[in-house]
Amino acid sequence: MLKRHPEPLLWLLFSAGGVAGALLIPVVLVLFGLAFPLGWLVPPDYPRLHALVTHPLTRLALFVACGLSLVHAGHRLRYTLYDGLQIQHLNEVIALCCYGGALIGTLAAAYVLLTIA
Amino acid sequence: MGAPFHYTDYHPQWLRPKMSTYWWLTRRSYVAFIAREVSSVFIAWAVAFLVLLVRAIGQGEDAYGQFLVWAATAPVLAMNVVSLLFIVFHAVTWFNLAPAALVVHVGGRKLPGVLIAASNYAAFVFASALIAWLLLG
Repeated sequence: MLKRHPEPLLWLLFSAGGVAGALLIPVVLVLFGLAFPLGWLVPPDYPRLHALVTHPLTRLALFVACGLSLVHAGHRLRYTLYDGLQIQHLNEVIALCCYGGALIGTLAAAYVLLTIA
Repeated sequence: MGAPFHYTDYHPQWLRPKMSTYWWLTRRSYVAFIAREVSSVFIAWAVAFLVLLVRAIGQGEDAYGQFLVWAATAPVLAMNVVSLLFIVFHAVTWFNLAPAALVVHVGGRKLPGVLIAASNYAAFVFASALIAWLLLG
């Protein structure tokens, strides 16, 4: 019987996360990380933002975007440590920490997105 | 047990030369490669920042105001500027690489790679405009 490896799935998630991060994160960082705090633009008022963020579709979109981006980041960091710093002998530990971290982050995001009122 | 140790003619050898931990500093393209790899850390930060924002919005108007004040402090601003640079670098290289990962055939002919890359940039502009419009429009 053919042994199934998780690598193709991980690369698929990495790829999807790369697209999600590239498409969605820059605009969010420009607005909430720079334009609103520095007063370049007037931030959206609270009721409008609250209604937008608590909408089920927004919650779902944020969950998918956060989860995929974190898996992407974890996967990439794993190979950075593996190839870049050449710590191949810790392969299992690094993989566990990277994917474990991504999973914990995704669960934390899910918790926040499910519990905000 | 107790047999004397002796070498064989074909003892396996470690043939790979030991590379410096800083091998990637020797060429610009290597530095660019590692810089793109390091963007993963900043993507993780951006997600954490976003989740904290959502949490603050869920906690009420005061918490949202406090989040914006916190976001305007120097360390957070610096982190966001650096993150933005790395993530834009990730995005640009990702879009430019798309034609290599995605080969599309239409009517038996291969679509030119420029079109694939351009459609990624178009999707980026559309997604950014949509989010900006949802927040500001």
